[in-house]
Amino acid sequence: MSTHQISLSVNGEAVTREVEARTLLVHFIREHLELTGTHIGCDTTSCGACTVVLDGRPTKSCTVFAVQANGRTLETIESVAKGGKLHPVQEGFWEKHGLQCGFCTPGMIMTAKSLLEKNKQPTEMEIREGISGNICRCTGYNKIVEAIQYASAKLSEGA
Amino acid sequence: MTTTHLVDRIEKHSPKAPGVSARVETTDDVEINTPEKVCGMGHRMKRKEDPRFIQGRGRYIDDIKLPGMLHMAIVRSPYAHAKILSIDTKEALAMKGVVAVITGHDLKAAGNLHMMPTLMSDTQPVLPIDKVLYYAQEVCAVIATDRYIAADAREKIVVEYEPLQAVVDPHVALKDEIIVREDKEKQTNHVWHWSAGDRAATDAVFAKAAHVVKQDIYLPRIHVCSIETCGMVANYDKAREHMQLYMTSQAPHAHRTVFALVSGLPEHKIQVISPDIGGGFGGKVPVYPGYVICAVASLVIGKPVKWIEDRSENLQADSFARDYHIKAELCADAKGKLTGLRVRTISDCGVADAAANPSKFPAGLYSICTGSYTLEAADVQVDGVYTHKPPGGVAYRCSFRVTEAVHMIERMVDIMAHDLGRDPAEFRLANFIRPDQFPYKSPTGWEYDSGNYEAALRKAMTMIDYAALRKEQLEKRKKGELMGIGISSFTEVVGAGPAKDFDILGIKMFDSAEIRIHPTGKALARLGTKSQGQGHETTYAQIIAEELGLPAADVQIEEGDTDTAPYGLGTYASRSTPTSGAAAAMAARKIRAKAKKIAAYLLEVGEQDLEWSVDRFRVKGSPDQAKTIQEIAFAAYTNHPPDLEAGLEATDYYNPPNLTFPFGSYICVVDLDSGTGAVKVRRFVAVDDCGKIINPLIVEGQIEGGLTMGLAPALFEEIVYDENGQNLTGTMADYLLPTAVESPKWELGKTITPSPHHPFGAKGVGESPTVGAPPAIANAVVDALWHLGVRHIDIPITPQRVWKALREHGVTG
Repeated sequence: MSTHQISLSVNGEAVTREVEARTLLVHFIREHLELTGTHIGCDTTSCGACTVVLDGRPTKSCTVFAVQANGRTLETIESVAKGGKLHPVQEGFWEKHGLQCGFCTPGMIMTAKSLLEKNKQPTEMEIREGISGNICRCTGYNKIVEAIQYASAKLSEGA
Repeated sequence: MTTTHLVDRIEKHSPKAPGVSARVETTDDVEINTPEKVCGMGHRMKRKEDPRFIQGRGRYIDDIKLPGMLHMAIVRSPYAHAKILSIDTKEALAMKGVVAVITGHDLKAAGNLHMMPTLMSDTQPVLPIDKVLYYAQEVCAVIATDRYIAADAREKIVVEYEPLQAVVDPHVALKDEIIVREDKEKQTNHVWHWSAGDRAATDAVFAKAAHVVKQDIYLPRIHVCSIETCGMVANYDKAREHMQLYMTSQAPHAHRTVFALVSGLPEHKIQVISPDIGGGFGGKVPVYPGYVICAVASLVIGKPVKWIEDRSENLQADSFARDYHIKAELCADAKGKLTGLRVRTISDCGVADAAANPSKFPAGLYSICTGSYTLEAADVQVDGVYTHKPPGGVAYRCSFRVTEAVHMIERMVDIMAHDLGRDPAEFRLANFIRPDQFPYKSPTGWEYDSGNYEAALRKAMTMIDYAALRKEQLEKRKKGELMGIGISSFTEVVGAGPAKDFDILGIKMFDSAEIRIHPTGKALARLGTKSQGQGHETTYAQIIAEELGLPAADVQIEEGDTDTAPYGLGTYASRSTPTSGAAAAMAARKIRAKAKKIAAYLLEVGEQDLEWSVDRFRVKGSPDQAKTIQEIAFAAYTNHPPDLEAGLEATDYYNPPNLTFPFGSYICVVDLDSGTGAVKVRRFVAVDDCGKIINPLIVEGQIEGGLTMGLAPALFEEIVYDENGQNLTGTMADYLLPTAVESPKWELGKTITPSPHHPFGAKGVGESPTVGAPPAIANAVVDALWHLGVRHIDIPITPQRVWKALREHGVTG
């Protein structure tokens, strides 16, 4: 199996690694970089548990090869809290009980954060559509929507 | 009587203040007895477990990485029924990085480990010797140094099969023309027969009935599909002869005992650790073949071995839920008073009875099916049948088979109401068990602990403005628009259970708590249950805070490690609060009793002179003279009475005297598209009564999540097999889970009718909505179509099914 050297920015740090051509980005993140906050739920791009942000766009890392991330900027859940301070989206999930088992949560937070970066004050329907690529089996979504609304209000205050 | 008249009648009932139920009062308000800093019961405390999850620091099974760890991949059968002619492993074994291939013959040679017991004392194959019995059955397993190499090697294993005819339909299986389990002494596909109620009394009631309705109802196979699949890391240490098993387990202690019995390893040399669990819902109760193969692999090779299912393996081979074929008859007298219920049901077990039911209950608690109504008699009979499908019969976020029971009775009551021209709400109110009838003995033998069904339904009707909706429906109907209103007034039965009746493999279904108070007034509590998202680290701390006045923030909760936690039966069937929650309160009360002795010693008064107030004992009539729980804890290690042992800790194994019976009333409004058959849930009001509330925030989360898991099988989810037993829904692209778009904005209400026998009056809540929601949705859809002649549609109510019903009844638009 051929290997390739890839260089990318991971959570603000330059990383260079040797990977097989077939290595999936999610396995690269979890196994090679040992960043286990990004989860695997389905292998078929259906559930969104593996969502990371690649060059500013939420991306399901189970159907991207690690080599495709070469030269790009990758953000994972581990980078969202800065300097020991939670991001407003994380605060919202905690305040509003936007999680139960926590397995979909990192992907959900990455999607929500990207959504709010594009649209600071989304309507409820825009939030629901915005997170429709991420499946949560526990919460019934009401409180995830409230969590994102909380973050939206907080981010708008700061603007 | 026309519907309009009924609307008028209902409007005359102003919503009553909640009333009295036997010995317990129904209220609307959550009780709070402690200040915010203590955060006892009733506080909307933010969850203590959340900081790790929102920062990606949870530790789930696939996050566990041990030095030298190997990886396992499983070869699965492409046939539902076939002879295995040969398994050629040569090419796979020759690959670099491949350590071993394990077959059924290897397991047989290792001590008949190719078969294992199920939780229902049946048997099922771990790996086959000469035949496969279901599609995606485990055939053999590869162990390699890397996940990718294991997957490559799996492709190099050549298995030759001779396909045989599969029997997929349980009605066909009952003819015994093809025997599924040729290894059994009795050559029949009929597994068991079970009955409840009184057949003769029911026949008599039906003989004199004025009205009878009959309906066949099928509740299809569905899958819990937790977002985390199942997995294990087995770590056998040859030098210590110690087996450490990290596994996705809802019941770690029970699984340790099963492993000890199956493997012959002594139980004290087995440690099961259930780490953070990414959703369970019943799917992580059984022991799957993959766990056993993984543990054997580590035992034989002497290195840690990891097995993580992929989603297709999870959907195709793990335990399913439901698969009940129901024939129901409900009768009423001339005045429309319900009198009798007759139910015949076929339970499709797949190739083994691997359900997760208490031993004495092969059909679970299905006999709760008389529901919220007073009936004179009931006759319930269920037959279990083998077919060539994966084994199972686990719950899907519901207490043992209660969803099947509730769906049936709520559909039947609705059909009866419609047949009699009665409004479904008014008809239910007229037939409910009344508050003064509790504790209520049901015709199938249950003793309902407390309830106030009328209060819950009236509250839901007020919240949704039921009368206005019925008027709107009439107007819409005149314009040819299809709008339906569906009600479900369910009775749950949870908290298994009393030791006299409830056990799994002989182990009684108590549960446990152990609390230690440290000298500085902080505490550690360990319990026999295992959270999978329910928030135990918070709610158990709040229970202990309520009882002892220690801030909930100062109470560390631990579960899931069998070396440290007291023995328990685990978390499923909404049993944690009724059992371990009760044990936590009882253990705390033992601690308080000892604390009182210490306080009396410190204050130099008699125990009878002391009274408890939130977080301290104070001298009656002299409240300034007091000792806080923290001062008492310190004294327990530094200055304890000479005639008392040092320390401040207690353990309790709680055996519930009865089950608990949460209930609720849900009302759903749907709009149907007559062109496409699409069902849109416009509104959904859920009034739940789960008794005393520990944390309202968490209870709301449980209800909202359960409602979406009720919506899912009502409209979307079904595991479908073709005639050869092939699973056609093996990915999330085929098996449709609701997203935030399909899931409506749930509207919640509550009444609170405490359980009279639980130490603090709680009942359990995690599964009520999954039980109650599907019939509310199905009833709403049928209500929209009843005037066209549609009497019933089986779930999932897909657009195709509605479209077909519309065309069959002459609607073409």
